[in-house]
Amino acid sequence: MKHTVEMIVLAVGAFLALVGAGFAQDRLFGAHMWILFFVLLGGTLVLMRRTDFRPIPAGGAPRQSEYFDEVVKYGVIATMFWGVVGFLVGVVVALQLAFPDLNIEPWFNFGRVRPLHTSAVIFAFGGNALIATSFYVVQRTSRARLFGGDLGWFVFWGYQLFIVLAATGYLLGITQSREYAEPEWYVDLWLTVVWVAYLVVFLGTILKRKEPHIYVANWFYLSFIVTIAMLHVVNNLAVPVSFLGSKSYSAFSGVQDALTQWWYGHNAVGFFLTAGFLAMMYYFIPKQVNRPVYSYRLSIIHFWALIFMYIWAGPHHLHYTALPDWAQTLGMVFSVMLWMPSWGGMINGLMTLSGAWDKVRTDPVVRMMVMAVAFYGMATFEGPMMSIKAVNSLSHYTDWTIGHVHSGALGWNGLITFGAIYYLVPKLWNRERLYSVRMVNWHFWLATLGIVIYAAVMWVAGIQQGLMWREYDDQGFLVYSFAETVAAMFPYYVMRAVGGALFLAGAVLMAFNITMTILGRLRDEAPIVGAVPLPAPAE
Amino acid sequence: MADKQKHVDEVSGVETTGHEWDGIRELNNPMPRWWVYTFYATMLWGIGYTIAYPAWPLLTEATTGVLGYSSRAQVSTDLADAKAGQASYVKRIASSTVDEIIADPQLQQFAIAAGASAFKVNCAQCHGSGAAGAEGFPNLNDNDWLWGGSPEELYHTIAHGVRHTGDDGTRVSEMPSFADMLTQDELRQTAAYVVSLTGTPSDAALAEPGKQLFADNCASCHGEDATGSRDFGAPNLADAIWLKGSGEQAVIEQMKTPRHGVMPAWLPRLGDNTVKQLAIFVHSLGGGE
Repeated sequence: MKHTVEMIVLAVGAFLALVGAGFAQDRLFGAHMWILFFVLLGGTLVLMRRTDFRPIPAGGAPRQSEYFDEVVKYGVIATMFWGVVGFLVGVVVALQLAFPDLNIEPWFNFGRVRPLHTSAVIFAFGGNALIATSFYVVQRTSRARLFGGDLGWFVFWGYQLFIVLAATGYLLGITQSREYAEPEWYVDLWLTVVWVAYLVVFLGTILKRKEPHIYVANWFYLSFIVTIAMLHVVNNLAVPVSFLGSKSYSAFSGVQDALTQWWYGHNAVGFFLTAGFLAMMYYFIPKQVNRPVYSYRLSIIHFWALIFMYIWAGPHHLHYTALPDWAQTLGMVFSVMLWMPSWGGMINGLMTLSGAWDKVRTDPVVRMMVMAVAFYGMATFEGPMMSIKAVNSLSHYTDWTIGHVHSGALGWNGLITFGAIYYLVPKLWNRERLYSVRMVNWHFWLATLGIVIYAAVMWVAGIQQGLMWREYDDQGFLVYSFAETVAAMFPYYVMRAVGGALFLAGAVLMAFNITMTILGRLRDEAPIVGAVPLPAPAE
Repeated sequence: MADKQKHVDEVSGVETTGHEWDGIRELNNPMPRWWVYTFYATMLWGIGYTIAYPAWPLLTEATTGVLGYSSRAQVSTDLADAKAGQASYVKRIASSTVDEIIADPQLQQFAIAAGASAFKVNCAQCHGSGAAGAEGFPNLNDNDWLWGGSPEELYHTIAHGVRHTGDDGTRVSEMPSFADMLTQDELRQTAAYVVSLTGTPSDAALAEPGKQLFADNCASCHGEDATGSRDFGAPNLADAIWLKGSGEQAVIEQMKTPRHGVMPAWLPRLGDNTVKQLAIFVHSLGGGE
């Protein structure tokens, strides 16, 4: 019988959730435990229906490959699913800002849906992409099967449970009000367990590798996993009010709390969205263009410089606040010095194409990856610039910040993930090619146009907003009321929603394309011009 | 091990490191010079900046930087400069009455600018950025005043607020509920009469008995001619300006369950000078008397 232990653990977990719901100290915790109960009960029932009492056939189950790829397949599907959900919620919150009537009390107002959007895109979409690709890449570049057997499944399903608990918690109104770390203490504890399992699986695979050296992508993946563990634990140190209640209080207070939060917040950008995704870049770009990585030395230097300097940069989120001046200075100085280490990744990504630049014209997947690296380069120039106090005094608290984040998130994280998925799906499901390469081209243009509209509109909006806030007349009086600066944003907010909708449309097209690829269909279409060599003319 | 033999990439002619992972090799290119030098430059700048500004934490405090910069000192200086620039005006406003300020064009112009600025921060939330008000919140651009539109009266209303508990000078009045005093028909008749003063009631026949009902029940506060009374803050019902909504139904609602607006007393919060400036600003909007 398969999954006996798993079934028992799930059933016991469901029972404990029921007990938690019964003895809950507050209504919200009770509601959350009911959700957990039904999720775990559902999981138990699914496993029970799969029970097979026949003896295991001699020689074990047939294997498709020596690598553990089933969990990667699930991860790719989860990435796509959460991506479309996260982008959709993003368009909804963009519209809520433009048209406040779309705030539907109490579950779907901006304050609850906004963290749903940020967590869905960063942790559900981005996190699943990182887990799935890291499992794929570490096995191939170590020439070893994933360590820990079914622990890989635990990481995947445990992470999905975290996402479901976080998302439902936000809508119920359960939050510890820490940006990008909103889930309450019990959800944080669960994520810690899952993350340690993730580290064990990843590090175990590296330890049993058959290659003499550790590939650069794995350095980045490992730094991402280890640092996120540290950031997550420290930032979420808190004392629960009750062990059966949803509320907790942070271990830090005042400006220390703010600095801990932004030390975490900025390194979530640095290690989750930068280091982790650079790991994806270091594997999928050389594979897709079939060229060697441009410079080994550059990869070493920029890796160590990046991880050493990023960890200091958080205080730049607290310029001109109660944070002591010395901490502000260090945050700014390290952010500026981070410019070249960040660009090292861009150089290595782009220069890897040397000798194969024609593929940008002929292969839409390569084009997507190159655009991702280009946006990475733009965002990592813009970031150090915005961390300079003089610039920050204008840009802080404005929509410029939102524009900056999205040129990085949509452009860099989004496009490199799309490129990786387009690479992975035909390989994982053993298909000749994608269902449609031309649809990838459409996706590329929809996404790029969407990002350009989004970022440009937010630049204009943010700079206008910042200038209006600080506008004094010649007698030294404030010129605009806050409400006037909000009203001035309306056209930009509408255009931002349009940009986001284009990006979402591209992702929906992609979901269709990879679904058809998984189903084994091939679209009858003309190849991209230049993708196949023209037949030699008859002589 | 692959390290032992040299491997050269055919396309670029560059040697690789000899390692290979899943078909991926790495070229042994040097780091781009411009990249290295720019990195050095940012580091040198960083060292210089941390010498100039507060930066390195020591045991009990941090280095203060050779420039002696402090963001708190900077804010204090900026605020002091801003205050110094306005000092002469502020002093004259403090020693003048609102009427005296208005009589001096230069001082009036300053007071209007200052009042407009204070209005954006403190008043726009209810009265709107353009002071045009909304249902339940008076429009300050017209000449229809509940408590008077002279500079002195405006000053008093802003300083002490409306129905603000804890301020003896606050403007107070209360319209009683007529839900139990008048029948439904009488309410409709009265409302029809009130509407007939500025427009056309739904049924002219209703307005006729309404006139007598108005004289008996409403005129004591709103006046025989329904033009209101500032002594009671009773609105003028003979103009087409409606605070709590227009039309017969809105009038009936107000008679049955009267709504009363409140405004905080601003003098303790903003001080005498700012309240003077606000009064002069509101007075300047067009309806000032």
